[in-house]
Amino acid sequence: MKIHHDKHHGTYVANINKATEGKPEKPILDLMADALEATPVRNSGGGHYNHAFFWEEMAPFSQASKTKPSAALEAMINKSFGSLDEMKSIFAAKAAPGAVFGSGWVWVCVNKKGDALDIVGTPNQDNPLMKGVLGEVAFPIIGLDVWEHAYYLNYQNRRPEYVDNWWNVVNWDKVNSNFDYVTKNHSGVPVKG
Amino acid sequence: RISFSLRQHHIKKKKKLTTSLIMSGNKLIINSALRAASHLRSDVLPKEASKVAAAMLSSAPSGGKHTLPDLMYDYNALEPVISTETMTIHHSKHHNTYVTNLNVALEKLDTAVNQGDASGIIALESALKFNGGGHLNHSLFWDNLCPKGYSELKDGPLKEEIEISFGGVENMKQDLSAMTIGVQGSGWGWIGYNPKNGGIECATRANQDPLEATTGLIPLLGIDVWEHAYYVDYRNVRPDYVNAIWDVINWDAVEQRLVDATKKIE
Repeated sequence: MKIHHDKHHGTYVANINKATEGKPEKPILDLMADALEATPVRNSGGGHYNHAFFWEEMAPFSQASKTKPSAALEAMINKSFGSLDEMKSIFAAKAAPGAVFGSGWVWVCVNKKGDALDIVGTPNQDNPLMKGVLGEVAFPIIGLDVWEHAYYLNYQNRRPEYVDNWWNVVNWDKVNSNFDYVTKNHSGVPVKG
Repeated sequence: RISFSLRQHHIKKKKKLTTSLIMSGNKLIINSALRAASHLRSDVLPKEASKVAAAMLSSAPSGGKHTLPDLMYDYNALEPVISTETMTIHHSKHHNTYVTNLNVALEKLDTAVNQGDASGIIALESALKFNGGGHLNHSLFWDNLCPKGYSELKDGPLKEEIEISFGGVENMKQDLSAMTIGVQGSGWGWIGYNPKNGGIECATRANQDPLEATTGLIPLLGIDVWEHAYYVDYRNVRPDYVNAIWDVINWDAVEQRLVDATKKIE
């Protein structure tokens, strides 16, 4: 956690600040839509947004274990995947080493239309908010870092075990609020920093 | 204690390659004859021939199973540049998984080929590139590493070519280091031989994309910059790893690859 936050995320923040020096200050969320137009924004801006999103959706097990999907989110999960277990199983498949080659993220998103959830993998520091990454833009409510740095010290090559265990620290209160925000605003969730 | 002989290894490898080439050459000729013969009633074929025919005709189009190659050195041989822990996991887990999954993909490929299932064949493209590339790349990687102090870049065809193509060894190291450190996410840095112009050049590849299949450059030296290659020893500081790895490069192996590559063209 310490290296992931202080070093990896810290580096993305430093680099996106360097890349946007002299330009008017904007929340990182606002840089995501057109991120593909500038490589530093795509890599470092994406890196910053993704990690900020990531930290906020997690909590210590003692806290996280007391949370669960809201009624509205549960309904959407069941409609889109059949059940929460099925959602997790599709998520696991999308997160498998053979599905996300190398470095990337796996997301549960509200689709552009807003009528269903999708599970997608994106490479490197891309995310579904960036125009051009997926067929059409989508709005993440859950995201998991599957870069090796995210799990290597604890799991080495055993990514599936990491993905399986990760659900234990997902803070559904935040995920629920992400879902409400996205549903109401049809836009990406803002993040701190 | 490190015990291996580079020369023996190269001779063994050459023998293995030659033997398998001869075998596959014979297979082609025998296969067509037997296929023709099998159009006759099978009870007309002599028993021995029909047994051989069955074996030949069922042989996998893709050439059979791959195996994890042994390292030429112990897991601790590359300390302190690359730790025993990294070598153990990298070779016995990561590379091994590529081999396993490549074999799975090839089995599916053989089935699809035998059924004439074009769509099935095409569907395997990314699994083959990923796992086949992973196996190829790592096999090359292990062989272009050796214990510190074992190999030096002496005068010879490689050094000469580096002077021509880069203007010197230090320039080459700087160029390759910079490109390799700069790889976004997972990938590899390479020096490759360009058969079109006879020169050598640096290149990077994403994920496990194999150099020769995707660029035509023949791999001479590879540096793995997937995080699993350096995370245990260097954490996020990839530049330290890339700068340190120069101490354990097997220049003899790299030069031999250049010699082999230039011979192929003649």
